[in-house]
Amino acid sequence: MDVLIPILTMGALGLILSAGLAIAYRKLKVEEDPKVVKISEALPQANCGACGYSGCRAFAEAVVKGEAETNGCPVGGEETIAKVAEIMGVKAGEVVKKTARIHCHGDTEAAKDRGLYLGITTCYAANLTGGNKQCPYGCLGFGDCVLACPFDAIQMGGDGLPVVDEKKCTACGKCVDACPRNIIELVPLAQNMLVFCRNLDKGAAPKKACKNACIGCGICARACPEAIIMENNLAKIKDYKKIDPEKIPAIEKCPTNAIGRLFKEDEG
Amino acid sequence: MKTKTFPHGIHPQEFKETTSNKSLQPLPAPEKVIIPLHQHFGSPAEPLVKKGDEVFMGQKIGESNSFFSACVHSSVSGKVMKIENYNHPLGNPVPAVTISNDGKDRVFPDIKEQKDPLSLNPEKIRQIVKDAGIVGLGGAAFPTAVKLSPPKDKPIDTIIINGCECEPVLTADHRLMLEYPDDIIKGAELVRIATGAKKIILGIENNKQDVYNLLQKKIYTFPLEISLLKTKYPQGAEKNLISALLKRAVPRGGLPFDVGVVVQNVGTVKAIWDAVAEGKPLYERALTVSGAGITSPKNLIVRIGSLFQNAIDYCGGLQDSANILVMGGPMMGLAQGTSDVPVIKGTSGILAWAEPEHITEHNCISCGRCVTHCPMGLVPTQLMKYSKLDYLSEAESRGIMDCVECGSCQYSCPAGIPLVHWLRVGKHKITDLKRKKSA
Repeated sequence: MDVLIPILTMGALGLILSAGLAIAYRKLKVEEDPKVVKISEALPQANCGACGYSGCRAFAEAVVKGEAETNGCPVGGEETIAKVAEIMGVKAGEVVKKTARIHCHGDTEAAKDRGLYLGITTCYAANLTGGNKQCPYGCLGFGDCVLACPFDAIQMGGDGLPVVDEKKCTACGKCVDACPRNIIELVPLAQNMLVFCRNLDKGAAPKKACKNACIGCGICARACPEAIIMENNLAKIKDYKKIDPEKIPAIEKCPTNAIGRLFKEDEG
Repeated sequence: MKTKTFPHGIHPQEFKETTSNKSLQPLPAPEKVIIPLHQHFGSPAEPLVKKGDEVFMGQKIGESNSFFSACVHSSVSGKVMKIENYNHPLGNPVPAVTISNDGKDRVFPDIKEQKDPLSLNPEKIRQIVKDAGIVGLGGAAFPTAVKLSPPKDKPIDTIIINGCECEPVLTADHRLMLEYPDDIIKGAELVRIATGAKKIILGIENNKQDVYNLLQKKIYTFPLEISLLKTKYPQGAEKNLISALLKRAVPRGGLPFDVGVVVQNVGTVKAIWDAVAEGKPLYERALTVSGAGITSPKNLIVRIGSLFQNAIDYCGGLQDSANILVMGGPMMGLAQGTSDVPVIKGTSGILAWAEPEHITEHNCISCGRCVTHCPMGLVPTQLMKYSKLDYLSEAESRGIMDCVECGSCQYSCPAGIPLVHWLRVGKHKITDLKRKKSA
């Protein structure tokens, strides 16, 4: 008989509380747009923040509200963007797959040191003091971008320059923000020509600081004026699609190899 | 006699005797000067001259429309060779005007003496100080015209003249006080007139007893008080000086304005007097070239834009063992990668020495020495960790922005942790973030 008392009291308590929960569920229900859940599920869930929102869910909400573009997630690639567009019932815009590229070839051999740097070994800290290299524009080589990359796509090469793994890179842009010298840029993956320098100085200064610096001679711009222009003593690729394959050898006559192809076409 | 002081701080060895009895001498003007357009706290100046222009000594060559800025003047007469980026002692290169010196030192015709400088009105004094491009010569290079324009709701009652020179090794301010005491006191009076304050206090550390005795003998009609301070680092930091002399605490994130005080360095008030009385803009400054790596250390008056190398050569060159070159004092100075950098308005010293071995960094053992010595009452080791981990809002709420980068924490750290550098990184990251948010 004694055993029945706790069973009955607990049972009654359970019934009352579940009734309370049932009422609360009905009364306090938050209407949620099913689209947000769907979009959120379609996203890569990396919560990297590359879209400019605090995470995948926040981005999904922004898309539903119409604040963000459906192709705002650079990480997921074409597939994700197509899915998001489908959920929203709009046509997916054209997506150009991008990747991070390093605009510097000032490796340990080419770029001269400015003195013995004994400070903190991060790029940000070194940049505050003027850096460890003579070139005030080039890569400092302490790997802030490596630490910033949430996808493990950047590694420090043996020559003191970071190397981007295009297969892993999702073009989230974290490394671009992390670089105090602004030498990383998101470039279309198909673009096979890059200026490997950011030095804007005139005259002999760039060459003195680094063997691989753009000296602003303008050979490349004269070889292919439709695609390459000179801006502030630095070559700039205006539109890579206009580079005529026949003119590539002329462009690559660059005396310091500061502009050139990233890979040979036949190697893919 | 009882000396005043502030809580915490350190007692580094001074090494001042090498140059403290050597009088200031002018460094011969070099063949060319390189004058950076950004030498001060605030926005950079825009060039007013172009390549090929003839300029006079003391002619304005750079100006900015911004309130937080300072003009730049030519320190020689000659021809503008180029306006291009050049090495800068504070870090990355900035645009600089290179002028070839014709050796004639032709003074700009507009420069005239003022007959009765002490009778000028505050507005006029501020205008002259602004046009003369005067900035704080203690090292921070804060535009002086801004300091002389206190907000209306914050009345100023006291002017503090900073004659502490608490950095070890440096003696240029000491020599200035010994050689130009009248100019400094009269300059201080001009600051008092410009801000409407009631009294002037000159604070001197008690290792400069000779200056104290000299000034005690002199009789001035100004409301001047000379106060002897304990020799301790960083006695000359603005907020510590106010706390030592007036027992007032500047609120967190505030300025001396908030407690009714304006602090000026002795070099700055001398420059103010020169500008108002003689019409001479700020184109030269006193500095100390010293350290074990300099063959014959000296106190020099150097034209802005002379290279460090010019000053070092004049002092007999570097010794072979020297491997560290620093602009400023040994505590707060910035290490230089090359001697091919120009002297700027904030250069209080050029030091070279031989560092026997770099101290290797160990883990923090939480001994708390940095906390004991921090004059601002911060916990440097904690702030360092926040800065390292990018916990910026946490660091800010614990007062990282109050750090004056005096280096007391790092000096006392037995683990050799570069605390100041980490705190600097944290401060810069916070400012960058704020700039990004406001943009």
